[in-house]
Amino acid sequence: MSRFSVKENRANRLEEALLEQIEQTAAERDELTAGEIESLDPEEFETVPYSAEGAERIGYSNYSYWRSTLRMFLKNRLAVAMLIVIVLLMGFAIVQAYLPGQGTRGLTEGILPAQGPQNAIRIYNWPDGTKDAGLPMKNQRPSGAFWFGTNAIGQDLWSMIWSGTRTSLIIGFAVALIEAVVGTFTGLLWGYIRKLDFFFTELYNVLNNIPTTIVLILCTYVMRASIPTLILAMSLTGWMGLARFIRNQVLMIRDRDFNLASRCLGTPTDRIIVKNLIPQMVSVIMLRMALAVPGAIGWEVFLSYIGLGLSVDTPSLGNLVNTGRAMISAPRLRYQLIFPAVILSVITICFYLVGNAFADAADPRNHL
Amino acid sequence: MITMFLVLSIVFMLMRLLPTDTYFGGRSDSMSDTVKENILKQLGLFDPWYVQLGNFWKKLLLHGDLGESIVIQQGAKCVDLIIPKAKWSFQFGAIAMIFQMLIGYSMGVMMARWKGRFFDSLGNLYILLINALPAAVYFLFIQIYVSKALGLPMLFERYNPVSRILPILCLSLGGIASNAMWMRRYMVDQMNLDYIRLARAKGMTSSQVAFRHVMRNAFIPMAQSLPTTLLFTISGSLYVESLFSIPGMGGLLITSIQRQDNTMVQAMVLLYSAISVIGLLLGDIMMMICDPRISLTKKGGSR
Repeated sequence: MSRFSVKENRANRLEEALLEQIEQTAAERDELTAGEIESLDPEEFETVPYSAEGAERIGYSNYSYWRSTLRMFLKNRLAVAMLIVIVLLMGFAIVQAYLPGQGTRGLTEGILPAQGPQNAIRIYNWPDGTKDAGLPMKNQRPSGAFWFGTNAIGQDLWSMIWSGTRTSLIIGFAVALIEAVVGTFTGLLWGYIRKLDFFFTELYNVLNNIPTTIVLILCTYVMRASIPTLILAMSLTGWMGLARFIRNQVLMIRDRDFNLASRCLGTPTDRIIVKNLIPQMVSVIMLRMALAVPGAIGWEVFLSYIGLGLSVDTPSLGNLVNTGRAMISAPRLRYQLIFPAVILSVITICFYLVGNAFADAADPRNHL
Repeated sequence: MITMFLVLSIVFMLMRLLPTDTYFGGRSDSMSDTVKENILKQLGLFDPWYVQLGNFWKKLLLHGDLGESIVIQQGAKCVDLIIPKAKWSFQFGAIAMIFQMLIGYSMGVMMARWKGRFFDSLGNLYILLINALPAAVYFLFIQIYVSKALGLPMLFERYNPVSRILPILCLSLGGIASNAMWMRRYMVDQMNLDYIRLARAKGMTSSQVAFRHVMRNAFIPMAQSLPTTLLFTISGSLYVESLFSIPGMGGLLITSIQRQDNTMVQAMVLLYSAISVIGLLLGDIMMMICDPRISLTKKGGSR
C-alpha cells in the first residue's frame, strides 16, 4: 500500500475511471422510460394489497440439519453404494427362507421341498437310485443343486449362510439398539442429575477397566452361549462409551443460555431433554449404532473361534467361518470357508463405511 | 489399587456363578454324589461368598497362589503352568511391538505429511480393511494364502525360525493400523494450529516442524495407550497363538476354555484383568512424563 508504488498508482487511476463509467451507466438506466413500461406484459405482474401478516414475516435461512446431512451423505457415492448393498443383503436374508424351493433347487426326488428357517440345518441324503442312496451328501462342491456346496455332514451351505447372516444381523442390531437406548438413558441420568455423577463415574472407572474380551469370555463361559446370552454379554460393556460421551455433552449443553431460558419459561425437564438435548447428539448415537453392528458380528466370530460361540444348530456367520476353518488343509473344500468369510467381510465393511460416511455427513462443520 | 481390588473381586464373583458340574473335569457321570460333594468342599465352594472371597485374596496376596488346574494338568499350580507359556508370548509380543511402533508411527507421519496424496489413500485403505474386517477372517486368509505364496510354513515350529514370520506379521498388522491412524489424525489436527504456523513463519523447514513440534505433541495422547498395548501384546494374542499353535498364554486360555478347566480360566482371566488395570495406570503415568502440563494429583475443576 505504498504511496510511491508506480504500479499501484496506475491501478488506482484505472480503477477510478472504471468506477466512474459504471456509475454513469447505472444512473442512466435507473428508470424505465414510459415506452418501456407500455411494452411490458401486464399479465406478468400481480398487484399485492397490504397484508399485516406478510409484514410480520421474518426472513430465515432454510438450513435444515437433516436435509444437509442427507445431501452430504448422498454426495459420497461409495457410501451410498454400500448402503444399497446392505439393504439388498438384509432384504434377501429376510426373504430367502420364504422363497420357494430353497435347498432343493433342481434336485427334487427324495427331498421334500421344505421351506422356512428350519430348512437351514436339514441334512440332505442321496436320492434313491444313486449308488450312495440314503447316505448324507457330504462335501459336495458348489453345483446347480447346491449353489454354495454342502458341508461335512451334508447340509446346504447356501441356506446355512443366509440363516447365519440372519442370526448375526439379529445379534448385531439387538446389541446396537440396546447399546443406544441404555447408553443414551444412563448418559442423560449421569449428566443431568448431579448427585448421581459420583456414582456413575466410579462405576465407569471400575467397569471400563475390565477388558471387553474378558467380559465376553466370562459371560459366555458362565451362561453358555445362545442368542440372548450373546446379546446380553455384548451389550454389558458396549453402552459405557456412549454413556460417557452423552454425559460430557449434557454437561456442556445443559447450562447454556437457551436451556436456561427454556427452564425459566417452565418447560418440564423431560421435554428439555427430548427437545433440547437429544437432537444435539443424534449423529453420534447413530454412528455408534452403525459401528456396533459389525463390532458385534466380529465379537461373535471371535467367541465362536475360541469355542464359546453358538452351537452348530443355530447357524451364524461365526460358527460357519469356524467350521470352514477346519477345511483349510484340504484346498478342494476351502469353499466352505471362503463363502461365509466373503459374506461376513462384505457386511462388516459396508457397515463400517456407511457409519463413517454418515458421521462425516452428520457433522455440521462439513455442511456448506 | 482400589480399582484393581474391585475389578478382580467382581471377576472372581462372576466365576462363582458357574454351575458346579464343570468342576469335575468331564468325569461327572462316573462320580458318586458323595465324591462330588467332597471335591466341592475341598475347593471351598460351599462356604458363603465372603469367606470364599477372603480366602482367595489371602492366598493370592500371601502366597501368590491362583489355585490348581483341574483338567489340563491335574493338581499343578496354575501359576507354574502359565510362566513357561509366558516366555513364548513375551518373545513374540516384544518383536511384534517393535514392528508395530516402527512401521505404524512412520506410516502415520508419512501419511500426514503427504495428506491427500496417493500414499495417504493407500494407507487409509489399509487401515479401513484392518478395522472393518474381523481379525479372524484376515488371519485365516494370511495363514492360507500368504503362507502358500511365500512358501512359509503354516504352523509354528519350535526350531524353525522361518515359521515365526507369519505369526509376527499377523500380530503386528492390527497395531500398525491403529498406530498409523492415530498418529496421522493427531498430526493433522496439530498442523492446523497457530503455533505451527508461527514456526513455519519463523522460517523452520517443514520437516523440522514435523519432527520437533508436531510429532512431540501428537505423541502425548498416544503415550497413554502405549503401556496397555505393550502389556497386551506381550501377554499374547488369543487368535494368533492358537491359530499358529504357538505355546503361549493366549493359546492356553483358549485351551482351558475349550476343555472347561474352571480354575485355569479363572486364573487367566484374573491375570488379564490385572494386566489391563496396570496398563491403564502406567498409561496415565506415561502421559504425565510426556506432558508436563498434566499432573495426576491435581483435582480438575469438574464443571
